[in-house]
Amino acid sequence: MDFTLKIWRQKDAKTRGSFQTYKVTDISSDSSFLEMLDILNESLVLKGEMPINFDNDCREGICGACSLYVNGRPHGPDTEITICQVHMRKFKNVGTIVIEPWRSKAFPVLSDLMIDRSAFDKIIQAGGYISASTGGVPDANAILIRKEKADESMDAAACIGCGACVAACKNASAMLFVSAKVSHLALLPQGQVEAKRRVQMMVAEMDGQGFGNCTNTGACEAECPKGIKLTYIARMNREFIAGKMGAQKMDL
Amino acid sequence: MIKLDPKIPKGPLAEKWTNYKSAQKLVNPANKRKLEIIVVGTGLAGAAAAASFGELGFKVKLFGIHDSPRRAHSIAAQGGINANKNYRNDGDSTYRLFYDTIKGGDYRSREANVYRLAEVSGDIIDQCVAQGVPFAREYSGYLDNRSFGGALVSRTFYAKGQTGQQLLLGAYGALSKEIHNGSVEMFTRQEMLDVVIIDGRARGIITKNLITGEIERHAAHTVVIATGGYGNVFFLSTNAMNSNASAVWRIYKRGALFANPSFTQIHPTCIPVHGESQSKLTLMSESLRNDGRIWVPRKKEDAEKIRKGQMKPVQIPEADRDYYLERRYPAFGNLVPRDVASRAAKERCDAGFGVGTTGLAVYLDFADSIKRLGRNVIEERYGNLFQIYEKIVDDNPYETPMMIYPAVHYTMGGIWVDYELQTTVTGLFAAGEANFSDHGANRLGASALMQGLSDGYFVLPYTVQSYLADQINVPKFKTNTPEFDAAEKGVRDELNKLLGIKGKQTVDTFHKKLGRIMWDYVGMGRTKEGLEKAIKMIKETRDEFWKDVKIPGDLNGKNAELEKAWRLADYLELGELMARDALVREESCGGHFREEYQTPDAEALRDDEKFMFVGAWEFTGVDKEPVLHKEPLNYEYIEVKTRNYKE
Ligand SMILES: Cc1cc2nc3c(=O)[nH]c(=O)nc-3n(C[C@H](O)[C@H](O)[C@H](O)COP(=O)(O)OP(=O)(O)OC[C@H]3O[C@@H](n4cnc5c(N)ncnc54)[C@H](O)[C@@H]3O)c2cc1C
Ligand code: FES
Repeated sequence: MDFTLKIWRQKDAKTRGSFQTYKVTDISSDSSFLEMLDILNESLVLKGEMPINFDNDCREGICGACSLYVNGRPHGPDTEITICQVHMRKFKNVGTIVIEPWRSKAFPVLSDLMIDRSAFDKIIQAGGYISASTGGVPDANAILIRKEKADESMDAAACIGCGACVAACKNASAMLFVSAKVSHLALLPQGQVEAKRRVQMMVAEMDGQGFGNCTNTGACEAECPKGIKLTYIARMNREFIAGKMGAQKMDL
Repeated sequence: MIKLDPKIPKGPLAEKWTNYKSAQKLVNPANKRKLEIIVVGTGLAGAAAAASFGELGFKVKLFGIHDSPRRAHSIAAQGGINANKNYRNDGDSTYRLFYDTIKGGDYRSREANVYRLAEVSGDIIDQCVAQGVPFAREYSGYLDNRSFGGALVSRTFYAKGQTGQQLLLGAYGALSKEIHNGSVEMFTRQEMLDVVIIDGRARGIITKNLITGEIERHAAHTVVIATGGYGNVFFLSTNAMNSNASAVWRIYKRGALFANPSFTQIHPTCIPVHGESQSKLTLMSESLRNDGRIWVPRKKEDAEKIRKGQMKPVQIPEADRDYYLERRYPAFGNLVPRDVASRAAKERCDAGFGVGTTGLAVYLDFADSIKRLGRNVIEERYGNLFQIYEKIVDDNPYETPMMIYPAVHYTMGGIWVDYELQTTVTGLFAAGEANFSDHGANRLGASALMQGLSDGYFVLPYTVQSYLADQINVPKFKTNTPEFDAAEKGVRDELNKLLGIKGKQTVDTFHKKLGRIMWDYVGMGRTKEGLEKAIKMIKETRDEFWKDVKIPGDLNGKNAELEKAWRLADYLELGELMARDALVREESCGGHFREEYQTPDAEALRDDEKFMFVGAWEFTGVDKEPVLHKEPLNYEYIEVKTRNYKE
């Protein structure tokens, strides 16, 4: 398979970037998208040019490092999958591929396709956890949790923190990310104690980090590689209002 | 002359850890604030340790190469974590877990460490549940378990196929809390390039900022290395792209001994290699062996037809399938330990029964389980793994068997540590996959997560504190000392040397070459000739690398090729040490299989008489022979037997 690639090149955070055009030929349809970029990078290095920088690590869709717009879509053409797991067979009859870093005020570009997502860490640091210190906790089976609740909590906890939701949103809102964490913990009895405080702290930090407002367009849900649902945002809003009103009503 | 003292506490096995903790020295809260700890690595071991140190009141500086601590390689672990809870009432106990781990490791690990691991395993589950890890539950609301290889009890706790992710997010939560509280300072996208030793004690590190390229100095009273394993020496492995050996290799070169470097785990269930441009291998969790049956065609003709695409696996009748694990190991069947399963797959493929286009694959079949339990149950248990498989291979495992083949997965070898997880350099600790401590010659599935969290939550907070207790009068270190100057200069010189080569071949070209040598000669089957050849070939490749590698750019800014070259330079030395270690170990044990030493039915043949020791290597210089130190292994509480998974 042969492709024309239009790739965003930007030396560092301070330098202005632009699109550059490259050609790759003879790519196997079994190669992954990132392997295709590896091949391009090898050829650049051989020419003495700097390779294209992009974040990646696990290449299994779990670490959340990879973060590319491919032809305008976060994580490319497939659904419920990260770009590191997309294979070139998905690009049959696609001659030109445009590759860009995610764009959002809260995720500044660092170099080429690499962005700074530390704003997500800051939101978690503000309260996205249960404050249990090591030791002195009860036996694991002392806390009974309905299977359905545990499963639902797990579904929310599956978020990989990649930021595709922010990248997909025209307002660059981080509501899906924040609501997934809020829901993961609020669905568990252990997470209830701090639930009220948690949601307030996280939302305040989210606003402080420069993420936009949620206007319920659902673009985040459509592009989330882990299938995190919009309903979590509704759940978080309930938690948030409950917290604000001082009444802690949560469904167990 | 280095003397290996494992510092095992006195007393009966079951009381050693309690005795240690009662005698351990403590630091009062006011002094804790004055003591600084550097932790390198934010995986399960590093994150758990940093969070726990922070909670105790120490000042922690935590480093990782990722953009966020949550992306450490532990995130990718799938199947589960072991603990001796005995919630099933199926006969589990601390002793049973200890026994299984020692036996699984083929009697090449230290009794006292393993016992402690088993002892604290239950606390780990309690801790994780308290943090909100959404482990799988039964309808009763109690925790669910599954079985893993090498055990006859069900002691593996899991969170769908994302156990590592959930455990790491638990530790990341605890860590985030401590960052918020100000006790932990997090340095992301920082690679440790060297350790700084002052008056014989580890007192700091030199790092490189992976965005700006700046070289930085950081000081502390003690340094903990938790930088994971070195499986990527093989180029292709299930490890993440950025997993590397550099931190452990650098401390080895500064005097920390490297133990059992050749003990590598080749995991039996990975997606087979597709071609030359392949960058890494994908694991299909061992948990699949709970419900999947492994087979190859019984007839060579059938295997051939399959390879040519003239036949489909579902067309082969039951009688013409060879469920070779069930055949060879009736007692454990598909749940034999990993080393045994991997070798058996290689044996069948080498004999001409392999499937897939390359012949380097066997089937993992769910048809029977789907019939027995229904598609829903299988989907519930393994849905996400099936989905990954389908996306990668373009085949539907609900309808046709998966194809799998062994791949490099984990390294049991690592930095030698004593009972306190301290290396042979005073004040330098190693935890998680980076150390050698608990898994002997083969690690059981779901035990790495257990070990990482045990080291981080429940061991280091005691042992590091004990070390720091007599450091309370040592003031904070400055980084403008001659030791820091020298270490930084060394690092800069080496980076400049790499940049100055300006050769013709890329870093990956050399890495693939090294990987090939390692896989062919230091992989699943090793021989004297092969290992000698490997040592020679690795040296040649290393020399060629230092003459002909091409790295564009300079020290400023992001330079990904330079990062890769730095890591490869270390692998090119480590690979040789692995081959040397495999060469001197003239026996087969666990994942280390010397073809000269096998039983008539092709099982590993140990030589306890001569090799019941930990082989710990001391660096003496590149291109110089390292010195082997032996820590004898004494088994007082376990009868040393030949591993038997047949009956
Ligand atoms: C695909 C896969 C599945 C697995 N599944 C299981 C399972 O089901 N059960 C189980 O028990 N085990 C499993 N394992 C093994 C287990 O995941 C690892 O052994 C374990 O997570 C290692 O944890 P760690 O904390 O030691 O290191 P890691 O998680 O590897 O973390 C290393 C850390 O060190 C940092 N680092 C590395 N080098 C440097 C450097 N030079 N400078 C600064 N920082 C550095 C990294 O940023 C990272 O934070 C699996 C492994 C793989 C590959
Ligand atoms: S590289 Fe880990 S999710 Fe893509």
